[in-house]
Amino acid sequence: MAQPRVLVIGGGLAGLAATMRLAELGVDVDLVSLVPVKRSHSVCAQGGINSVNALTRQQGDSEWKHLDDTVYGGDFLQHQPPVKEMADWGPRIIDLMDRLGVPFNRTSEGFRDQRRFGGTLYKRTAFAGATTGQQLLYALDEQVRRWEVAGKVKKWEFWDFLGPVLDDSGRCRGAVCQDLVTMQFKAFPADAVVLATGGNGLIYGRSTMSMVCTGSAVSRAYRAGAWYGNGEFIQVHPTAIPGADKLRLMSESARGEGGRVWVPRIPQDPRDPRSIPEAERSYFLEERYPKYGNLVPRDIATREIFDICTTDGLSVEKDRLCVYLDLTHIPRETLDRKLGGILEIYEKFQGVDPRVTPMKIFPAVHYSMGGLWVDYEKSGTGGMVEGSIRNQQTNLPGLYAIGECDYQYHGANRLGANSLLSCIFSGLFLAPSLVNVCGGKPGGDTTRLFEAEIRRQEERHRELLGRTAGDENPYALHQELGNLMTRVATVVRRNDQLEAAYDDVCEMARRWKRCAVSDTGNWTNQNVVFTKSLGDMFPIAKLILKGALLRDECRGAHFKPAFAMPGLAATDPVEKRREAEQWCDSFEANTEKWLKSTIAACGPDGDPEISYQEIDTSLIPPRPRLYGLVGGDAIEEVWKQRQGSVATSREAVVPVGAGS
Amino acid sequence: MIKAMDTVADLVTPGADDAAHGGSRRVVRVRVLRQDVAGGESYFERFEVPYEPNMNVISVLQKVAAQARSQDGRRVAPVAWDCSCLEEVCGSCTMLINGRTRMACSALVDSLVSTDGDEIELRPMSKFPVVRDLVVDRRRVFRGLEKVKAWVPVEGSYDLGPGPRISPEDQEDAYPLTECMSCGCCLEACPQYTKVETVRRDDESEADFEKRRQSAFDSGFVGAHAISQAMLFNSHPTGRMIADERMEALTAKGGIQMCGNAQNCVAVCPKHIPLTRSIARAGRAATVWAIKKLFDR
Repeated sequence: MAQPRVLVIGGGLAGLAATMRLAELGVDVDLVSLVPVKRSHSVCAQGGINSVNALTRQQGDSEWKHLDDTVYGGDFLQHQPPVKEMADWGPRIIDLMDRLGVPFNRTSEGFRDQRRFGGTLYKRTAFAGATTGQQLLYALDEQVRRWEVAGKVKKWEFWDFLGPVLDDSGRCRGAVCQDLVTMQFKAFPADAVVLATGGNGLIYGRSTMSMVCTGSAVSRAYRAGAWYGNGEFIQVHPTAIPGADKLRLMSESARGEGGRVWVPRIPQDPRDPRSIPEAERSYFLEERYPKYGNLVPRDIATREIFDICTTDGLSVEKDRLCVYLDLTHIPRETLDRKLGGILEIYEKFQGVDPRVTPMKIFPAVHYSMGGLWVDYEKSGTGGMVEGSIRNQQTNLPGLYAIGECDYQYHGANRLGANSLLSCIFSGLFLAPSLVNVCGGKPGGDTTRLFEAEIRRQEERHRELLGRTAGDENPYALHQELGNLMTRVATVVRRNDQLEAAYDDVCEMARRWKRCAVSDTGNWTNQNVVFTKSLGDMFPIAKLILKGALLRDECRGAHFKPAFAMPGLAATDPVEKRREAEQWCDSFEANTEKWLKSTIAACGPDGDPEISYQEIDTSLIPPRPRLYGLVGGDAIEEVWKQRQGSVATSREAVVPVGAGS
Repeated sequence: MIKAMDTVADLVTPGADDAAHGGSRRVVRVRVLRQDVAGGESYFERFEVPYEPNMNVISVLQKVAAQARSQDGRRVAPVAWDCSCLEEVCGSCTMLINGRTRMACSALVDSLVSTDGDEIELRPMSKFPVVRDLVVDRRRVFRGLEKVKAWVPVEGSYDLGPGPRISPEDQEDAYPLTECMSCGCCLEACPQYTKVETVRRDDESEADFEKRRQSAFDSGFVGAHAISQAMLFNSHPTGRMIADERMEALTAKGGIQMCGNAQNCVAVCPKHIPLTRSIARAGRAATVWAIKKLFDR
């Protein structure tokens, strides 16, 4: 048998974790990335990585509770076995990263320190200053460099994935990529191809994402036949620093370390925020969510911040929506030690010291919960079967997806500090599966397939280079797309707007064909590469809009006021009880109708064909998400009675059978 | 509706929006040192883009790309440059801005204009081969990390329990060094770090060329960033288990002895990494290492 070879696209946390483990298991890896892998978007993750730890365990925490927080925070939209497996692996992953030299913050005894993040009541989050993503990425980058020196890994940096190559049976046999310096095309035959290409924030124009997060690699796989799951679920991070080129993230850890969100009670109070007395400030998150305070799940924090500015008119500034995120009550020394990195970003880009003056922040597009649909094989204990070739496999055999570009772990809303975990976990966990794929690879000469695909790509490229006379500017068109998507498909969604926007995007996709390239050369032509990736944004934008339009409910990050289930109005106990019963009835009916994964398949013209798939909720039965809802206590009481014998404890659940 | 997210920069050709702004719209002028291909001639080209409050050099370049016209109105190819995170943590966008090596994302136009006058000059880094315009080939930076074995030599990724206990003091000592993003500013500013440009010969195989290029890289100064990483890993309880191998690399050709103590590196480091402290530590360690080797012979 020939030496097994896997092609990994993307060198962020997921891609590097997979590459490291594959090399260790004896598989040769080609690692393709748009940028040197050390510069991948994972570096931007700031706050930390979640797992149960020795301390929280003694406070009653467990892997099961991590699973519960994750699926409850995600509004039950994810299959539970992969999440259980991930939560179970959490402690091992942190230990591994610790061994690899990640400089986690320490307690006075020299153990790893933890902080609290949103959506949980436990201090589960290990962190390395405010640059945890950077540190985790570097640790994996270093190990992969070691394997590169050992000859097991070959990096192809500044290379662009153009699409998978499928054989007549529909199996993925490799891919064609393009050198972004010489613009040459090359075939990469492989026993399996892994996409680890991250999110698609650039579809929204400006977001907290890096310039490489165009989603084009995923779009190319989607157009080749891979399904896309839960596209309409886009996380809008509650706290970002508005900017003209980018919306820079202000990590949740700022609130985890005690940061408080507030607005002056007087609209656009002109006073210096420091001189506004406590009584004239509204700490609206703490007021409305006494249990979680400033650390409610992200979708809720985002909506509240958005609402207080738009509905209540209490934005700090008049011309620009923003609220205060205040750290000034925390000692400078603590801030520098625990949040130094992110405070420097604010200071550097805003020219204001957040240790002295409250920061001004507003929500921004941050994370794609949706992504390529992937499979898994369920184990007898309710997790995943290690080594199964179905794990993380798209519907195209031989094509896999991990990290942010899969749809598997975060449901309708991701909890803070769970993304770093899901990226490393899915990468590590996939590797033994791929070893098994390499063992059973199909035969047959694929030369002809690759030649044909290279020809097709060369033709597309040449056609683009020839477009010099068009009347559309790709950069302006991108901005137009971003503005539209931000307006209709972020915090608040309305069907009339979504419907109109879908038509607008179809029209933009047609206009894209008239884009003129301003650089017709064939050397480091960034202009043509951007134009190409812009063209790839439309099919994904369409499936986001279509998925959002069809989903007539509120779930996690997807919020449609027309279909919201308001809290209880009654105060009289009997009436309140009746309303709570009604509320639970509608909740059950809604669950029945909408607790399903949205699956988009690419149809002609890049229009999505949407279908729905049942979700495996065999471990933890769905329950209402009641963070801060008026009458939540009464609803919870009714709900618990209805559940009766259906306990949510681990003992009561006997997961059986395999399959998703 | 979402105003804060809606007020995206205009992408207009110069002058197109003048009417709306009373015809006196403020502009930003840039002078870019361009080069069309690797090894080609370089030339300056001037551009003019509409000014916006709080803009950085990246947003200037984004506008230059969008309008693809020089200041005198000629259609020209957009300027090529590297960037990714735009928050000074990925290390991509290093260039010479008004003669200083720095990250383009954190270079704010207002402060450049107020200190250096109203035309901004952008040039590619001079210590690395130019690929095109402001894009340079920094593979040698990563080769430096290979050379000094900048990693913790773990046995593998299976679960073997947690890493070593580390005091908060040691963590705080190491942390600044771990923030190095391989941007290359310290190398650009270093008088001892000189450009290595190898061109593939016609009769040379790719593998042979790669070998020759690597040995060319290795014969030059490894630079402050790699010395600092070597010290980082030599201070880690597991990392130091191959401390000798790192010292071997640091005392070989292109090693610590080439440092001329100009201290430019620490002055330009965007992450304020105490590079000269690392170099001083490496210098002392090299002396000890040399004596040890002498007696071991």
